[in-house]
Amino acid sequence: MIQLENVRVTFNKGTLLERQALQDVTLSIGEEEFVTVIGSNGAGKSTLLNVLTGNIITNEGRVMIADQDVTKWPVEKRARLVARVFQDPLEGTCGALTVEENLALAAMRGKNRGLSMALNKKNRELFRDTLARLGLGLENRLRQPIGLLSGGQRQSISLMMAVLSPMEILVLDEHTAALDPRTAAAIIQLTKSLVEEKKLTVLMVTHSMHQALEVGTRTLMMHTGRVLHDLSEEARRNLSSADLLRLFEELDPS
Amino acid sequence: MSLIQFWGALEIGLIYAIVALAVYISFRVLDFPDLTADGSFPLGGAIVATCLVAGWSPWSGTLLAFGGGVLAGLVTAWLNLRWKILHLLASILTMTALYSVNLRIMGRPNIALLDEETVFSAFQRAFSSHMGGVLVLMGVIVTVIAFLFWRFMVSERGLALRATGANPRMARAQGIYTSGATYLGVGLSNGMIALAGALFAQSQGFADVTTGVGTIIFGLAAVIIGEVFFPTKRMALIIVGCLVGSVIYRLTVALALNASAIGLQTSDLNLVTAALVALAMILPQVRGKKLMTRR
Repeated sequence: MIQLENVRVTFNKGTLLERQALQDVTLSIGEEEFVTVIGSNGAGKSTLLNVLTGNIITNEGRVMIADQDVTKWPVEKRARLVARVFQDPLEGTCGALTVEENLALAAMRGKNRGLSMALNKKNRELFRDTLARLGLGLENRLRQPIGLLSGGQRQSISLMMAVLSPMEILVLDEHTAALDPRTAAAIIQLTKSLVEEKKLTVLMVTHSMHQALEVGTRTLMMHTGRVLHDLSEEARRNLSSADLLRLFEELDPS
Repeated sequence: MSLIQFWGALEIGLIYAIVALAVYISFRVLDFPDLTADGSFPLGGAIVATCLVAGWSPWSGTLLAFGGGVLAGLVTAWLNLRWKILHLLASILTMTALYSVNLRIMGRPNIALLDEETVFSAFQRAFSSHMGGVLVLMGVIVTVIAFLFWRFMVSERGLALRATGANPRMARAQGIYTSGATYLGVGLSNGMIALAGALFAQSQGFADVTTGVGTIIFGLAAVIIGEVFFPTKRMALIIVGCLVGSVIYRLTVALALNASAIGLQTSDLNLVTAALVALAMILPQVRGKKLMTRR
């Protein structure tokens, strides 16, 4: 589903601040794999994610999604293949637009937008059912500006927005990091059930060791722009977050 | 204020209602402060006046004026998107260039249109009233434009335009080509402003290169007044707000200029308008409210 071949990303090339954010990353992720990515700050997690979404275009290497070479595709072109949930719920939704308008934007992700009405009886019904599933009563607030909702509510909607249109991969960018623990747990539960139900291929970046092992089928540990450990489902089974932490300490003895 | 002055203010208010909708696209929807308006408004007048003098039919001249405005907007958007020139500066560049372009188009600073057949002529004959004809046709034109504007804004593409201005990062992640949307929005906005300029020239009976000064602020004033009367996010009401705002603004200005007790004269219009807009932007801060809408 996803193939990265010798992907290299260099920031501030040719200056004193030159830094290799990704060093020769080669990676293959199969269909319906749920990959969690952990690593310390500056390890290259976000860069890896942005290389997939097209927010960073690699200087070297090749990026393939669903057998298509997307290396040079900009974000808006990749949107057909890639759905993304942002870390900050304010970023993933449009505060000035209503809840249903946000959903309508997501329902058209990667499709041609014409002059038909963005909202109609049929998709309003779909949106109501979509939100009803969250059990937060948001289905009754379709016409309110989404800016009036709490961060947790907006993040729940972001997640539902991501799965509203078909996709090849779902990219989750520390999507619970800005939420309180209880809301974060609810969002993780929702993520799990959506991924299972829709049989999605997922790449999830997280800061939490516990979360990295709790969800998904495979875990990547990144350090200084490389994937240092690639833990398969079996390898993860016998691993606790304490073990993960030890692996990290081995990397950085300081 | 006499009745004639009242109808006159209403007439100008209706013409500038189109400018208000256009400014709403650039300033509010796209968050693209676009001063091209001060050049595209007289551009519309220059194009239609030249066409009329050359014996064109008034409607095709007016349509061509719209097209000219779209082009001007595309130049501004191109300077900004392709060459990363700050939007404000890009629009000032286009506006400055348009002053010369307008003089070139007309061949002289102003053209009188009193004897030319305009889009209003047929209506003026039918109602055997100069002002009545203008008012009726302007009422029809503004209604049609307002409807088309609403219909576009609530369409899939219009929603994409709104998302582009409100949250470009999210818009791109949803597959919206934000550059294309900006070209569309800024082009459309300036097309509408040039259209208003063309109608203004025909209703007033002259085209003049200096009529553009302050266009952007007149439009902004109308938008802001509209927002005061219709504090809403519903597109239909926002549009009504722009139209009502434009008319109220013109009536207020006419009232102020005609009240001899205040001692204002016509040339004070720009000062009064600028003060009004500045005040409208300062007041919310004084009241401790956030000026910008929430993200």
